[in-house]
Amino acid sequence: MNAEPQIQNRLRLAFESDPSAKPEDAPTRIKAEAQSLNFYYGKAQALKNINLTFYENRVTAIIGPSGCGKSTLLRCFNRMHDLYADTRYEGKITLHPSEVNIIGAETNPVEMRMRISMVFQKPNAFPKSIFENVAFGLRLRGEDQRLIEEKVEGALQSSALWDEVKDRLKESAYALSGGQQQRLCIARALATDPEILLFDEPTSALDPIATSRIEELIDELKEQVTIIIVTHNLQQASRVSDYTAFMYLGELIEVDRTQKMFENPSNKLTNEYITGDFG
Amino acid sequence: MSAVQKIISRRKRQDFLFNIVGIACTLIGIVTLFALLGDLVIDGLARVDWEFMTSFPSRFAERAGILSSWVGTLLIMLVTASTAVPLGVAAGVYLEEYARRNWVTNIIEINIANLAGVPSIIYGLMALGLLVYQFHLGQSILAGGLTLAFLILPIVIVATREALRTIPQSIREAAYALGSTKWQVVRHHLLPYSTGGIMTGIIIALSRAVGETAPLITIGALTFIAFLPPLPVQTEAPFVSLEWVNSPFSVLPIQMFNWVSRPEREFLTNAAGAGIVLIVVTLSMNAVAILIRYRMRKNIKW
Repeated sequence: MNAEPQIQNRLRLAFESDPSAKPEDAPTRIKAEAQSLNFYYGKAQALKNINLTFYENRVTAIIGPSGCGKSTLLRCFNRMHDLYADTRYEGKITLHPSEVNIIGAETNPVEMRMRISMVFQKPNAFPKSIFENVAFGLRLRGEDQRLIEEKVEGALQSSALWDEVKDRLKESAYALSGGQQQRLCIARALATDPEILLFDEPTSALDPIATSRIEELIDELKEQVTIIIVTHNLQQASRVSDYTAFMYLGELIEVDRTQKMFENPSNKLTNEYITGDFG
Repeated sequence: MSAVQKIISRRKRQDFLFNIVGIACTLIGIVTLFALLGDLVIDGLARVDWEFMTSFPSRFAERAGILSSWVGTLLIMLVTASTAVPLGVAAGVYLEEYARRNWVTNIIEINIANLAGVPSIIYGLMALGLLVYQFHLGQSILAGGLTLAFLILPIVIVATREALRTIPQSIREAAYALGSTKWQVVRHHLLPYSTGGIMTGIIIALSRAVGETAPLITIGALTFIAFLPPLPVQTEAPFVSLEWVNSPFSVLPIQMFNWVSRPEREFLTNAAGAGIVLIVVTLSMNAVAILIRYRMRKNIKW
């Protein structure tokens, strides 16, 4: 498909043609790219010909009004749709550098979920201890206890939770506050060293203080992992992301550097959405 | 008094009236229950003692006891639980987590709901034809236990499914998102989190089975039995024996039924005594179920 080079270059071209762009905004290596991606719930088409590139160690935000397909797109990456009947993918999502097609029929969804982690809308810690929550992904991989303890500590430190929970790792995860539980879910997702970390509106159930902690965290985490975040909070997208993609009615309308997108979007629809005229 | 106040006071009277009717209806239920229990206790409590528990039935009322029937009840329940629980839980997990929704599973679902309402004697007839005549299990503990297992199987399946349904979908998604296979989700998450609900359902199903009489009479449970089944543990190798499952049996409700149908009044006292034991067994099973449910709810709140 010849759409491929075109899409790869879209952000790079935008970067090179923009004098206001700083060097640290430059696109890195490509981590994943969606090519002519269509998705169907039964007969209803939820994603229409999505072509989008995601860069390593960058945060890409997906915004758009409710029902635009942003969560649907995110859930393609870890094959969550496979859990439900009557769903169908078309096209490709290539994961680099292994060149595996994430949504290919030949690709095992379990393997993709082992390599790509997700943090959900509401904190969904397991009714187990704090330690066991973070350890679960490692236990699935059959790691030995010493490595598990090491990785659990590392993940809790990365999610800025270690100092708060290090003395009570055996307590139930439900003893934590909502914001702490969400950071626990981030630690759980990080413990297995994912290639991509997906966030599906991770702060929509949290108060402003917990929200800002999660946002700081996302900013720190991009050093270790490629991040894709779906949010309907535009300020959040502008605060945490390097690139922003705007979706509407299942289509990708525009993608650009976040700063450019919020200051001077090239599409009229994007402009209306960002300025609050609809959605 | 204004018109509005009149309307209000009339409605208050209606409210009061319904209150009275409601209390009366509730009392009828409770009073009847307590009257029955009280009558049973007055008639039979004096009869329940160590000797009563450890004696075989006899044609002399004052020497007759319930040893063989309570041992029978216990062993039947053992067979019932050890077959109905794994079968029912596995079927429930399959239907709730594995089976795709289509017309076949819909038909199965409707049938399971219907099976829970089939009169127990029908299960007895089926067991007589299938277990006793077809599989030649005889009038044994095995046949009796399996009969009751068939009877409570739908209840266990439904309880398992309901318990699984209370687990939020977000927990399943969290487990899958970490790379679990379906079996790992079931094994490490769904079963542990639904144990409370499943156990409650199992115990309530078993406490129903404890009181069942009709299906066991149908397959030919004995009403007079003066020996115990062989012990499951032996002094010589292989030390355990399953010989007891082939033994004939009686159970508490059948023993009661037998005593009630005798002309001598003294046997009625025996029946009341056995009834007390049966009720204590049933109520304590229900109490355990409530306790488990309470403790599990305290630990896991979604």
